Amino acid sequence: MNKDPTRSLTARADDPSVPLSIHDLTVAYHRKPVIWDVGFDATPGQLIGVIGPNGAGKSTLLKAILGLTPRASGRVRVFGKRYQENRGRVGYVPQRESVDWDFPIDALDVVTMGLYREIGWMKRPSAEHRRRAMSALERVGMADLASRQISQLSGGQQQRTFLARALVQDADLYFMDEPFAAVDASTEAAIVELLRDMRAQGKTALVVHHDLQTAAEYFDSVLLLNMRVVAYGPVAEVFTPANLQKTYGGRLTLLDEATEAMRRRERAL
Amino acid sequence: MIAAIALGWPTVVAWADVLLLRDYNTRVVVLGATLLGMGAGVVGSFTLLRKRALIGDALSHATLPGIAAAFLIGSSLWGDGKSLPLLLAGGAISGVLGVGAILLIRRYTRLGEDAALGIVLSVFFGAGVALLGVTQQVGGNAAGLESFIYGKTASMLSSDAWLIAIASAACVAISLLLFKELALLCFDAGFATSRGYPVGWLDTVLMGMVVVITIVGLQAVGLILMIALLVIPPAAARFWTENLGDMTRIAALLGGCSAFVGAILSASYPKLPSGATIVLVASALFVLSALLGMKRGVVLRFMRRRSFLREIEMEHLLRSVFEVVENRENEAASVQRLMTLRSWSPAQLRSVIRRAQRAELVRPDSREAVRLTARGAVEAKRLTRQHRLWELYLITHAEVAPSKVDRGADAIEHVLDPETIHELELLLDESAAAAPPASPHVIGGPTP
Repeated sequence: MNKDPTRSLTARADDPSVPLSIHDLTVAYHRKPVIWDVGFDATPGQLIGVIGPNGAGKSTLLKAILGLTPRASGRVRVFGKRYQENRGRVGYVPQRESVDWDFPIDALDVVTMGLYREIGWMKRPSAEHRRRAMSALERVGMADLASRQISQLSGGQQQRTFLARALVQDADLYFMDEPFAAVDASTEAAIVELLRDMRAQGKTALVVHHDLQTAAEYFDSVLLLNMRVVAYGPVAEVFTPANLQKTYGGRLTLLDEATEAMRRRERAL
Repeated sequence: MIAAIALGWPTVVAWADVLLLRDYNTRVVVLGATLLGMGAGVVGSFTLLRKRALIGDALSHATLPGIAAAFLIGSSLWGDGKSLPLLLAGGAISGVLGVGAILLIRRYTRLGEDAALGIVLSVFFGAGVALLGVTQQVGGNAAGLESFIYGKTASMLSSDAWLIAIASAACVAISLLLFKELALLCFDAGFATSRGYPVGWLDTVLMGMVVVITIVGLQAVGLILMIALLVIPPAAARFWTENLGDMTRIAALLGGCSAFVGAILSASYPKLPSGATIVLVASALFVLSALLGMKRGVVLRFMRRRSFLREIEMEHLLRSVFEVVENRENEAASVQRLMTLRSWSPAQLRSVIRRAQRAELVRPDSREAVRLTARGAVEAKRLTRQHRLWELYLITHAEVAPSKVDRGADAIEHVLDPETIHELELLLDESAAAAPPASPHVIGGPTP
């Protein structure tokens, strides 16, 4: 009855219980890494690790899903709808290095930014908004640092501030770009606990991660990425030496060579 | 005196007229310039934080060909090219074209933003100077166009000043209304995009305000120095605060003051370009802020650093005394012995001993020796323990050689917080109440 394979895919994609459905996502732009034909469906209520070597396109994947990077092709559905129609259910934690921490603002104000959409254009945050931002800071163990200027925070504390900004939205699907990069042990433990909390509440998180040692412990599923999806599925099935070898080993695969040739050609033009 | 004559020294009456703002025209011009300074301070705060401050410079330089072209067109069509709206419209068009050229160069070549800025700024300005030459040749009454280059409040009419005042007030109002959105844009544009904010439009609004401020400011400040009003007050304000709202308010205040004083000076000395006087006042305020700023000023940081170094010296003294008397009850530490323990100069040691006496941490024992007071002993014990815990950690967990460990510990121990100390205690299996562990290395130089 259903011979067209894309029809079943569409059916999955439009299913509002699937937090994230990606089909055929391709991003190509010069100088930076590209991702090709990425597709997967996220299982609800899972912590999903996005794992791959430097330049594999992990951050690009997140940015392409969120519309921060133009995509050449592909379809993204969040709870069955286009991302633009479902933004309210999505939280984003960018890489810590993506902003200038010397900005004249304190931790509480950064967290309040997570509520700006809800507050609305041209309006000021109310006491209730501040209280919610404060309780988000409490959840990441930073209540006593709320009024500290953000450059005075340690790297781990800055990362927690970013997490609190996403938490305050109370989203159902979270994207986190390297939340464990260069943080202290206690911050790492706090983030893991927070992620498990979120999972217990039925939330889904897609987390870019670079530490293979801890990946199997932290995540339910992993997406092994090196420009294309090497493997995706439950940790027990997918996180195997053979798959990791495919993801990390043999840096100069045919795909890399082709990309490199493409870049050289572009530069020569 | 000669300079005064050259500038056309104003009479006392003229001075009084200006200072008391007796003349309606002067009053409106000074008011307009002040509002311009405030508006530029507010808008400049956002562009500075968006790291786009220099685009304003390229923009203002790029207005010149537009002004000259508008004059030529006006002269040939109506015989008189010096209609202000026409000139400003011409300037705005070529200024925006300049910014557009920067964006195009950045997008379609592999040149960086700095190169794009340099190219556009100089090419447009060069074209403007050439066109200005043409206007002089063509005749018509081109005199006065150069006041757009250096700024001249003296030649401004009250209607010009009203235009400045209204445009600046509008920019301030927009900045206040969109304060939260602009703050988000400047801090984290990626996050703003992910939340569905039209970042491109917000950037356009911000650039639009820069365009408006620059264009209306041309007459008062001049296109060469317009950038100063957009950059210096916000940069100076940053020394006084860690809060964006306060930064914009202080920038408005500093910008307003600079423009007020500069405009008055220029109104009294018609040959003194107002752009220059405004910038000089602004830079004086900047230097003051950089030195005295309550949050990041140089003096404040110097004082903080000095007090930190003194604290460290004091901690060194207490630990040294403690280590000298450690196993010999009731013995005072001689200054001579203390000298051998660290590389301090006699004057340094005497000064730190004096301060410790004043703080009642040590008291003189004999003429050339000190003894810890009860309070000093408690403090010294705590410090020594902290130091040795860190040393032990370095040796056992970081594999630092015992002979090197003392200096490594010295650097860090002064900034250890109670949490870290507690972690060290757990790690090294030391109970918090315990006395300092024995030193893992031989203490100090040879005993005299």
